[in-house]
Amino acid sequence: MSIVTVFTEFTNGQLKKGALELLTAARSSGNKVQAIALGSGAGRIADQLAQYGVDEAFLGDNAAFDDYNPEIFAAAVAQILEAQKPAIALASSTMLGRDLFPRVAARLKTGVASDCTELTISGDGVQARRPMYAGKCTAAVVFENSPVKMVLMRPNQLPAGTPEGKKNVVVHQVPTPTLDLKTLVKQIVKGASEKLDLTEANVIVAGGRGMRDAASFKLLHDLAEVIGATVGASRAVVDAGWVPHGMQVGQTGKTVAPTLYIACGISGAIQHLAGMSGSKVIVAINKDASAPIFQKATYGLVGDVFEVLPLLTAEFKKLLH
Amino acid sequence: MKVFVCIKQVPDTETKIKIRADGNGIDATGIKWVMNPYDEFAVEEAIKMKESGTASAVTAVGLGPKARVSEALRTALAMGADDAIVIDATEDMDSYATAKALAAAIKAEGDGKFILTGKLAIDDNQAAVSQMIAEFLGLPHATVVSKLEYGDNQVTAEREVEGGTREIVQLTLPAVVGANKGLNAPRYASLPGIMKAKKKQIKEIALSALDSNAGELRVKFQDYQLPPEKPPVKVIQGDAAQTAAQLVKLLREEAKVI
Repeated sequence: MSIVTVFTEFTNGQLKKGALELLTAARSSGNKVQAIALGSGAGRIADQLAQYGVDEAFLGDNAAFDDYNPEIFAAAVAQILEAQKPAIALASSTMLGRDLFPRVAARLKTGVASDCTELTISGDGVQARRPMYAGKCTAAVVFENSPVKMVLMRPNQLPAGTPEGKKNVVVHQVPTPTLDLKTLVKQIVKGASEKLDLTEANVIVAGGRGMRDAASFKLLHDLAEVIGATVGASRAVVDAGWVPHGMQVGQTGKTVAPTLYIACGISGAIQHLAGMSGSKVIVAINKDASAPIFQKATYGLVGDVFEVLPLLTAEFKKLLH
Repeated sequence: MKVFVCIKQVPDTETKIKIRADGNGIDATGIKWVMNPYDEFAVEEAIKMKESGTASAVTAVGLGPKARVSEALRTALAMGADDAIVIDATEDMDSYATAKALAAAIKAEGDGKFILTGKLAIDDNQAAVSQMIAEFLGLPHATVVSKLEYGDNQVTAEREVEGGTREIVQLTLPAVVGANKGLNAPRYASLPGIMKAKKKQIKEIALSALDSNAGELRVKFQDYQLPPEKPPVKVIQGDAAQTAAQLVKLLREEAKVI
């Protein structure tokens, strides 16, 4: 039996959805499953880890891990992987995972594939695929000379199973690495949004130039509030200064793959499509029937966003509340 | 201090991608190659550092088929870099081998203090080389950086993380920084810049000269496939109220996503 080690992220005492997806994939492979969780409160997720089939948990319930410092995280994770020698290590392709895993991979002289959208584990092997060239094609990942196959999975691509009957989980404490630090996290400035980040969101409502001005984004926030979505934007809107760059979906913004993407007043420039064409269901609302976004859309609504959006929000409210 | 800026050449976004007959890569014929957009922010930052006196010199470093990659380096030189290094290598180098070679080439120059890259390249979207260079050189790193302030033997970087949250980190130099959009507004190469670039030196290094295992890959991408054809869009007809109601119904009952 091989070992699969999952680096899990959690928030408010709960594993993030991406972590549940990875644990589900790991437990269904029949391998021994290990989990790593770092940060204050990690001890509180031990039960949840057990319910998702984790045999052994490495928990760093310690404020030294609260802020992401690449040096501290890389040292702690590399040490566990070196000692445990898993065949496969998984993490979500989030800001943290994408920053951390390549650094660890270089330390372990092993291969890493980020931003994967398909994953099957069989024995000590992984079959993973990932988008290439902004989603214009996909390719299979083949590991060579890699003692640990490190895979970063995009959230929302794999099913998250249900918690099962608890089993025993062996808990190891992760010591804080003693390092001569060259990286100092000085300050974390919290964003206004308490919503899920675009890269993790299951539903996204995005606005483009058709929204006319910054104030009109309220219509998108109203809709997002009702359906539990995160609000995104096209590059044109970010460049115009209506919304911050963190909200940009597309080539020089974020690559997203939600279950539902509602594009409002977005024409669908190739740079935007590059960032969202992996979405499962795409709704396009635009008054220009010839806008390229309609070629990528599942459902198209040719109309005025200012007229349609309030009605849509009201309809969803009727359905969901 | 001397600044190194790492550059990758990528197919222009507008390029139509065709898959090679063997399925293990893309057909390079007819592709228009450009400097990776995020690397433009890195080049601009390096040149601004030189203009403000923070940097003594700027060296652009690229890896890949030398004739092609030299064009991107020439662009960096035209923007204002002082000189360049091209590591001649095949098309299929992975993040690991690329970072290892770039790190070795920079180390061989001896006096590097600050290394800039783009946060990721838009072709394979791996976002790995920056962190790997830092690891191979034993340096601290910060990626997705949209603001930099230079101090005495240290640099303060602002990185945008999830949900609009910003992290402010201080790195002791030497260090590696991956540039994000927002760091600056990359300049266009001026005509005099382009003329001057023609006289600037691009030093050639063979991959094998860096390390005997320099080309040893860890990850290969194979079995390229085009995405499945999307079924045509279902256009919802009617007045605004009808279409809104119809859309909600379809999302609930047909697509089952709400």
